[in-house]
Order: sequence, then C-alpha cells, then structure tokens
Amino acid sequence: MSESILKVENISLAFGGVKALTDVSFDVPKGSVFSIIGPNGAGKTSMLNCISGRYQPNEGEIHFDGKRVTHLKPNDRADLGIGRTFQNLALFGHMTVLDNIMVGRHHLMNNNWFTGPLYWASKAQKEELEHRKEVERIIDFLEITHVRKSIAGTLSYGLRKRVELARAMALNPKLILLDEPMAGMNLEEKEDMARYILDLNEEFGVTIVMIEHDMGVVMDISHQVMVLDFGKKLICDLPDAVMDDPHVKQAYLGIEDELEEAS
Amino acid sequence: MNTDLLLQLITNGLIVGLLYGVVGMCFVLVYKSTQIVNFAQGEFLLLGAWVCWAFLVYMQIPFFLGFIFTMIFMAIFGVLLQLIVLRPMIGEPIISVIMVTIGLSIFFQALTKWIFGVAPQSYPKVFEADSVNILGMSIEPAYLMSMVIAVLIMIGFYLFFKHSKHGLAMRATAFDQQAAQSLGISVKQVFAMSWGIAATVSATAGVVMGMVNGVSDSLSVMGIKVFPAVILGGLDSIVGAIVGGLTIGVLENLAEFFDSQFLHIGNMYDIAPFYVLLIILWFKPYGLFGTKDIERI
Repeated sequence: MSESILKVENISLAFGGVKALTDVSFDVPKGSVFSIIGPNGAGKTSMLNCISGRYQPNEGEIHFDGKRVTHLKPNDRADLGIGRTFQNLALFGHMTVLDNIMVGRHHLMNNNWFTGPLYWASKAQKEELEHRKEVERIIDFLEITHVRKSIAGTLSYGLRKRVELARAMALNPKLILLDEPMAGMNLEEKEDMARYILDLNEEFGVTIVMIEHDMGVVMDISHQVMVLDFGKKLICDLPDAVMDDPHVKQAYLGIEDELEEAS
Repeated sequence: MNTDLLLQLITNGLIVGLLYGVVGMCFVLVYKSTQIVNFAQGEFLLLGAWVCWAFLVYMQIPFFLGFIFTMIFMAIFGVLLQLIVLRPMIGEPIISVIMVTIGLSIFFQALTKWIFGVAPQSYPKVFEADSVNILGMSIEPAYLMSMVIAVLIMIGFYLFFKHSKHGLAMRATAFDQQAAQSLGISVKQVFAMSWGIAATVSATAGVVMGMVNGVSDSLSVMGIKVFPAVILGGLDSIVGAIVGGLTIGVLENLAEFFDSQFLHIGNMYDIAPFYVLLIILWFKPYGLFGTKDIERI
C-alpha cells in the first residue's frame, strides 16, 4: 500500500517492574484500517495511549505524518490530527450531544476570550455557524440526529459510543484511534458501527487504528492486523495470514489447545 | 412599618446581591474548571481594590484609566498565581490545594496590611453627585455603575461559556480532563485562564465596593459572604451563583430591616443568610441549580 502515516519504532513502556510493551514497531499505511488484537493485558490500550500521548514510552520513537511526535503532549497531537475514543466512554456527561461534538471543533476555532463574549458583534457567531454545519454533517453521517439536543450522560451505551466517535471525527483527524468501538454492543449495533468505520475510512479518507475483540469484525474490515501478546509483537500482516499463524492460534485464539484436547 | 426604608434596603440588597453574584460566578468558574474551592476569593477583591486605590492616590491616574490598569494587573496576577503556586499542585489531592488557597488568603491579607497599612482608606471622589434620585430612592452613583458593570459581566460570562472556544474548553475540562486533552484542549492553559478571569472580575467587584465603603480588610469578608450564595445556587452553576447572590443580598437586608424594626436581636445582617442556607440545603442538597450526578445503571 501507499506511504505510512504512522510509524512506531521500537516502543518500550514499563510501569515499575511491569513491562507493558517491549520493543514494538509497526507502520500504519495511509488510508488503511489497522487492527490491534491480543489477549487481555497484552498492552493494546497502552500502545494506543503511547500514540495519543497519554503515556510517554520509555524507549522508542513515534512519527506521525512525517513529524516526530514522541515528546508532544496529547493536546498537541490532537492538533496535528490524531483523534481517539476511549475504552470506557469519556463523554462530557452533563453537556448536550451537540456541545460534546462542538468541543471536538475547539482547536479549529479562532475566537478568543475577548471576541467570544462579543458574540454578535464579532465574527464569533459566524464562525460558530460554520462549525455547526460541519457538526451537523457528522451527526447526519452517524445517524444521531434524534438525540442531538439530549444530555449525553442519559443516552444508551450504543448511542454514547457513537457520540464519542462523532466527537473524535469533529477534530477533522487524519488518524483515529478506536479503543474497542464495539464492546458491549449487540449484533445489530456492531454491524452499524462496522459500517460507520468503513465509511469513515473510505468516504472521509481517515486512517483507522482500532482495538477490537470481535474477530469476525476485525477480519472483515481490517487491511492489516497486528497481534500483541505480553507486550510483544507476535505478527503484523494481512488478516488471513494472521488467522493462519500458529503462534496466534496458540496465544490468542486458543485453537491449538482445543485441538489437542479433542484428540 | 417604614416602607421607604424597606424599599431602600431591598434596592440596596439587589445591588449588593448583583456584586455577590459576580464574585460568586468567579468562584464557580474556578470550581467548575479546576474542582478547587477557592478560599482566597475575598483577597482577590481586597487586592484589586488596593491596587486601584494606589493607582488613583499615589500615581494620580484618572479613575477609568486606573480601573483598566487594575484589570490588567489582576489578570496577570491571576495567571501568575496559577503558574507559580497552583500548577505544581496539579495531580495532588484536591484537599491539599484547598489548604493552599487558605494559606494564600492569610498571606494576601497580611501582605496588603504590610504594604497599605491597617487603616481603612477611602477612594478619591469619582462621581460629582453623592447620590442619584431614582423613583424617590437615593442610590450612590458607584452602586449604579456597579449594577451596569455587573450585568455586563454576567452577559459576558454567559456568552463566553456558551459560545466561545475557551468557554467550551473550560466546560469540557471541568468534566473530563483526559478526554478534553484528547480533543486538543490544553488543560494547563484552561486552568491559568480561569484563575486569570476569576482574579480580574473579582477585582472589579472589589473596586466598586471600595468606592462605596472604603478599602479595608473587611472587603475580604465578601469571600466568605459569597459562600452561602454559591452553595445556595449549586456550586457548579453560573446562573445559580447569580440567583444565589441576589437572594443573599436581599435576604440580609430584609433580615436587617425586620431585626431593627421588630425583633432587636442584633447582627441579623451577617447571620441570616447562613440560616437560610442551612434550611435550603436540607431540601435541596445540590443547591437550587446544581447538577445532580447522572447515573445510568
């Protein structure tokens, strides 16, 4: 595939004596859907946190879009175009869905503490309307029009996941990190979410790095899959190749054990 | 019953209540974005009033210029306070930070006494008239000015929070700092800004109070008086702070009236708001406009 948008080189991360990640390297091609899988505690979310800037890796470098971002703060990385969602939903629960998504536009706005209160007199109103248009487009895309004025904290789990995705999209990111976008969803909701992710990738051209446990979905929509186990990279390849890898079967899918038991 | 006095007191109550509201909003602003209960709020008023007084008396600067200089000074002061004293406390338990604000309160009281002395000082005359007659009531021009300023500040606050980029960032940060960061919001900048705004706007109230009653230690009592106002309104509600401020302002004047006319208990002016606060919190523990925790199980 084409050039890579994200280059992760020899990342190691330790919390005291616990090695969360050991010497992990991978490239994410521009415009791809890249999935990270692995058993619980394998370091998947740690990896995502290193990319988004929540954790500073002890060793290694991260390059995004040709820039070295290893030492940037999370908010600076968001400015560069890395959006993310969280494993345990992190919506602004007391704010409306619209306001939640508007926060995503925050870094694209130009008004300040002085022109903001001069709402009608300054360009702040016009600016807000422009951003509102963009936000409405995202709301339409994710089919959350009916809840746009609701308080985010009162929505159902599946809807909140969608609002969180909408908020990350509002950043206009080049890369979105999704931490278990389908956890806790029923089949129908999962299918919807998979469709949104694919559309996001194909229509909006956003590169996606995703952690997901549902192997069916992962194999269906990913261009590449990386398997982590105990903080180490087992393999990073096309979905089919990953499925056929004996190490993966042993570490994650547990098929070999079952076969042994059966025989 | 003395109706004229009653009306006069209610008017005074509303005007002072607006000032409580303004100071209360600053209190809420800091609490909302940083979760810190700022016990040094009253000292912001005190410092602002003294600084403006110094500009006017020592430097002989015309009032409005001095007023603007004071605002600029206090904005820088607020930001520096956050940068130097409070930033290192980020990540420490909130209770430690609150203790620091109590320390700051004592420090600034002592500092102003050291620099400006302990004797109350009065502002040079700003307005020609001693009082303006409106509908038979005499109102000090400084109070009238404070009313206009307070209402302007309130509208400004509303628009700022509702529509401006930084207001949005502050509301988001108040709720979830991690998520806010992931959306490109610099949490440190938000904190610095909220302290800067709180110091500046409180100082405005301080200057106005100083113009009417003179500058002295007693200004910092506003910091305590604002407590019933904001708790009544709900600690995290801007509208609540305004309603709470007005309520407390009117209430203390009414209490004063009934006490002086009928009850003769004495000192009701200072105590009554706290009684009412207790009673309201029995029935509405989150305050009148505070946010209840939303819980989905």
